[in-house]
Amino acid sequence: MTLRVLGLVGLLTIVAGCASHESVAQVEPPKSFPREQVQKGQELAYVGNCMGCHTAEGGKPYAGGTPLKTPFGTIHGTNITPDPETGVGKWSLEAFTRAMREGVDRGGKHLFPAFPYDHFTKTTDEDLAALYAFIMTREPVKQANLSNTVPLPRAAVAMWNSKYLERGVYKPDATKSAEWNRGAYLVEGLGHCGACHTPRNTLGAEKKDAAFAGAEIEGWHAPALDSSSPSPVPWSVEAMQAYLKHGTADQHAQSAGPMAEVVHDLSHMNDADVRAIATYVVSLDKRTADERKRVGDAALQRARAATAQQGNAVYDGACADCHNLGRGQEGGALELPLGTALTIPTPRNLAYIIRDGILPREGERGGWMPAFKGALTDAQLTDLLTYLRALSGQPAWSDVAGEVKKITRDER
Amino acid sequence: MTKLDVNGKLHDVEADPATPLLYVLRDNLGLNAAKFGCGLGQCGACVVMVDGEAIYSCITPISVLENRKIKTVEGLGTAEKPGPMQRAFIEAQAAQCGYCIPGMMMRAQALLEKDPAASEADIRGALQPHLCRCGTHSRILHAVARAGELMRGKS
Repeated sequence: MTLRVLGLVGLLTIVAGCASHESVAQVEPPKSFPREQVQKGQELAYVGNCMGCHTAEGGKPYAGGTPLKTPFGTIHGTNITPDPETGVGKWSLEAFTRAMREGVDRGGKHLFPAFPYDHFTKTTDEDLAALYAFIMTREPVKQANLSNTVPLPRAAVAMWNSKYLERGVYKPDATKSAEWNRGAYLVEGLGHCGACHTPRNTLGAEKKDAAFAGAEIEGWHAPALDSSSPSPVPWSVEAMQAYLKHGTADQHAQSAGPMAEVVHDLSHMNDADVRAIATYVVSLDKRTADERKRVGDAALQRARAATAQQGNAVYDGACADCHNLGRGQEGGALELPLGTALTIPTPRNLAYIIRDGILPREGERGGWMPAFKGALTDAQLTDLLTYLRALSGQPAWSDVAGEVKKITRDER
Repeated sequence: MTKLDVNGKLHDVEADPATPLLYVLRDNLGLNAAKFGCGLGQCGACVVMVDGEAIYSCITPISVLENRKIKTVEGLGTAEKPGPMQRAFIEAQAAQCGYCIPGMMMRAQALLEKDPAASEADIRGALQPHLCRCGTHSRILHAVARAGELMRGKS
């Protein structure tokens, strides 16, 4: 008993000890930065998809307000424009660097790890300075931050950090190519790909032993990128590069949902870095070239067989016109058995895509599919999902009807 | 045989269940308001309403439409007695070539049946998937806003 009390006291002491950090002095940041540095910072901001959390729908760039639903509550992206009162206008490079590497804001308060500083911590001084230059040269927006609904004390984050935050800039692997290392640096660091593609434990930390094994995020399933990749045709570097840059690659599905946002950002990146990212991501799949070829060939064969078959009136009437043509022909779309959405463990992605379609951002070009919202009842959508799953050659999904019901309910 | 309820009238349709609704409306039922534009659900010319929602009739097979309520421009009123949406489009002279208009009207009708006081942003958002090549865009927006007024009982 005494020991337990002592343990508790000790724990609380640790919490109290870690709870507060020194604040970093307010500064008047430089009024201007070298043009090349700002440009570099912009590209890095795209790699980090900073806008994804720090720009609300229809809101001013980087002014915050985006709700991020986590299992612990809703966290709102903050205002990172250089507004001196509501943004980061008084932050020094030192304060910015600490936030990025340790998850502590200028005033010394812990940020929740929904802000992926466990990834950003790998970023070099030079790149952080470029990001700082980019942020500080944005249009300042006076917009107060929205409060979060996480019922945890900020101090609890200190314990989380002691357990899960591995500080330190990315260390290159000398046995790998420079391109691979560049990709690893961007993927593991600013790109924070694992934040969506790696499953998390009950404390919301990424499971290191299941890196890139696929995970649920914002209602979508981020597919596995490791050897368990569900992609019917295993990814090549070329296909991955095209996909990351344009959202589409031969023999692979069109990007949708949160990944479409990532592609939108990466489309602004230089080709060399996108290729480096593709090189590293594809290397996560450790299957041999022979094995990958065998799997891919079988998938292509299955796709051909499936499109030759007729017999589902909904598929034939709603999907076949485009999806039986394949990408090679005008107006043609991917043969569906090659779509990752059919092969992942949940029907949710496919249900979202059928219901809402795939739309490029307003005023931009991009992949496109019509929305079937309203055309199909929940029961009909359930039947179609079940039929499509069978086309993929995977065992049936459990409780498709329940998933569809959940999606319809969440929308209301 | 597929049973379709179009504008409150029941039809027994003799067609392959995979046939898109658009072809049945035009070829079997002689209802020519909905137009064939792209046939791929990309342009919006074929949009009609099903159970109150706007859908692309060119990519919706009739097999999914039994026991559901289909509404086309013919169901909004007649030449003698145009409904609010039709009156508003005539008032605003919103059609130039007119090919895209029936789809726009049905999309707008679905929006206004849910919210007759829809804002301009709502209207623009709803009509976003519709293409109009001759460019009466601002008149179309006026017409839809006006239809909302008429539905809310303003004269």
